[in-house]
Amino acid sequence: MSSTRDWLLEDSPTSRWQANAGRAYRVFTALLRNPLSVVGGVIILVLVLTAIFAPWLAPYSATGQDLANRLAPPSGAHWMGTDELGRDIFSRVIWGSQITLTIVGLVALISAPLGLLVGALSGYFGGWVDRILMGFTDIFLSMPKLILALAFVAALGPGINNAIIAIAITSWPAYARIARAETLTIRHSEFIAAVQLQGASPLRVIVQHILPLCTSSMIIRVTLDMAGVILTAAGLGFIGLGAQPPLPEWGAMISRGRTFILDQWWVATMPGFAIIIVSLGFCFLGDGLRDVLDPKSEGK
Amino acid sequence: MSMEPQIGTAVPSPSPSIGAGKRWGRRVQAVISFVVTIFLTFLGLLAITFFIGRVIPIDPVLAVVGDRASKAVYEAARVSMGLDQPLYVQFVQYVGNVLSGNFGMSVSTGRPVIADISRFFPATLEMATIGILIGVALGVPLGVIAASRQGSWLDQIIRVVGLLGYSVPAFWLGLVGLALFYARLRWVGGPGRLDIFYDGLVSPVTGLLLIDSLIAGDIDIFWNAINHLLLPAAVLGFFSLAYIARMTRSFMLDQLSQEFVTTARVKGVPERVVIWRHAFNPIRVPLITVIALSYAALLEGSVMIETVFSWPGIGNYLTTALLNADMNAVLGATLVIGAVFIFINKVSDVLYRVLDPRAR
Repeated sequence: MSSTRDWLLEDSPTSRWQANAGRAYRVFTALLRNPLSVVGGVIILVLVLTAIFAPWLAPYSATGQDLANRLAPPSGAHWMGTDELGRDIFSRVIWGSQITLTIVGLVALISAPLGLLVGALSGYFGGWVDRILMGFTDIFLSMPKLILALAFVAALGPGINNAIIAIAITSWPAYARIARAETLTIRHSEFIAAVQLQGASPLRVIVQHILPLCTSSMIIRVTLDMAGVILTAAGLGFIGLGAQPPLPEWGAMISRGRTFILDQWWVATMPGFAIIIVSLGFCFLGDGLRDVLDPKSEGK
Repeated sequence: MSMEPQIGTAVPSPSPSIGAGKRWGRRVQAVISFVVTIFLTFLGLLAITFFIGRVIPIDPVLAVVGDRASKAVYEAARVSMGLDQPLYVQFVQYVGNVLSGNFGMSVSTGRPVIADISRFFPATLEMATIGILIGVALGVPLGVIAASRQGSWLDQIIRVVGLLGYSVPAFWLGLVGLALFYARLRWVGGPGRLDIFYDGLVSPVTGLLLIDSLIAGDIDIFWNAINHLLLPAAVLGFFSLAYIARMTRSFMLDQLSQEFVTTARVKGVPERVVIWRHAFNPIRVPLITVIALSYAALLEGSVMIETVFSWPGIGNYLTTALLNADMNAVLGATLVIGAVFIFINKVSDVLYRVLDPRAR
């Protein structure tokens, strides 16, 4: 055990793999020292495990109706009560974790690389490329995100896929800004000049040498943004433009519970707790990552 | 809901003293660049809404008139939308229409969209304004207190409240608020702006019920309006409170670590004066920007809140239109909210430059 640790913390790593593993290990141990980020990490881990093992964890099916037992308050049999069709809310919340994780993952997979590419191109080439790309980015940045996402979904049609596209369209500009700033600081480094002198194409310089250096600030920002993505997706579901029934999406579940909020409060309240806990998890983890990876902005 | 305002501009760095002539040159330059960016951003907003309304839908006519329209209505709409023209001509026509206040007709209300919006906007304005007042009145002191007792349990609580502002869905908080304060405790009025029997008794002058009822001299209606307004405004206010408190805390921490603060403390200046005069005075300018940004964010956040509280504002109008696939109304509301949002954003940007003595 201690030899693995020594190998990880070796000051002069002998391979790229060892250096990367060592860095990951250092970040990991630094995160463990920050209680809030441990809480955040545990929440995200639980979310992922819940999504994977949902079929085994959920005591009931997500769509199975039991009209005799509709709107039952929380009890031993139904921990979070049942909804207007007698479906077990706890099971639906568990199944819903798959939807939330899918949305969060896909939005990150679409918007982060897109923003990264736009920002890196803009920062690397400068000049009119920079002006055009950043002008475009700034226009998107100064729009209200939620309204824009709503309008996009309205045109594309309601549904979970279109909701993901709409959220991704509205969230890439922030990443482009970050990637550009990072690229500007390393563009004139000597190692970039060395690679260029060796005849590397701009594509190779950007993809192989600039993008990897942007990743840590991107990871921080993406993690911090995930809470917002979850809230926007839930909001779209709540309005009726996101995931469609009978999908157990948390926002859509709250929307169904709206009718019963005055008497059967649990129908709308329970999925809300799931949203809050998961969003808080991403916030905590993001804050912790920022403290570890980007010590400059500590405490802000 | 991202109620987090988006700040895309860098903080201007202190500039060395410059001559009066140069200073004027800079100001003129700043004004010109402000006008140009705001113009380009509005053009971008128009381009995006045009894209959403005309390019994405497979049949934009259907999107505007709805699928129950007759053949004649369909053809008339097709020609009036200029769909036989090339795209750039359509865009120029679209910009012309918007600039002359012609947003088209709403399918669901049967009135011009611009008339609908001017009727519904004051309700949103009223709610967001009370919301930001609550947010500033509580958020700034909380942020200052948190910073002056960094690390204490009070600081931790305020920090968590700040993070909750990012993780609680606004519509959920509204619903829970209704269940608790309206249904259980009966402290506040229910959904809507007034109780039903008060509805329509006050003739709209400004559209702001609080002011209109005072003009009419009807105190009962005034209190009833406050009763209905309090909960939605408080929910909105919570989100601006969370953001304002967090930013105030971080600005204050910056100041409190400065040497002039230490000097003041060493000289024996009372702690209260150190905090509220020495440390707080310099952060007033960035705070104005933060408050302006969160005001703009509240206008956006009100969309969700209005849906929950059946508040007859522009957000509710937008969501109703969304569900009825009433594209003209959707785009009109998007344009107006977007334009106000952008305008406040840019103005706060300029305000910062004008008010900050270092940037002068």
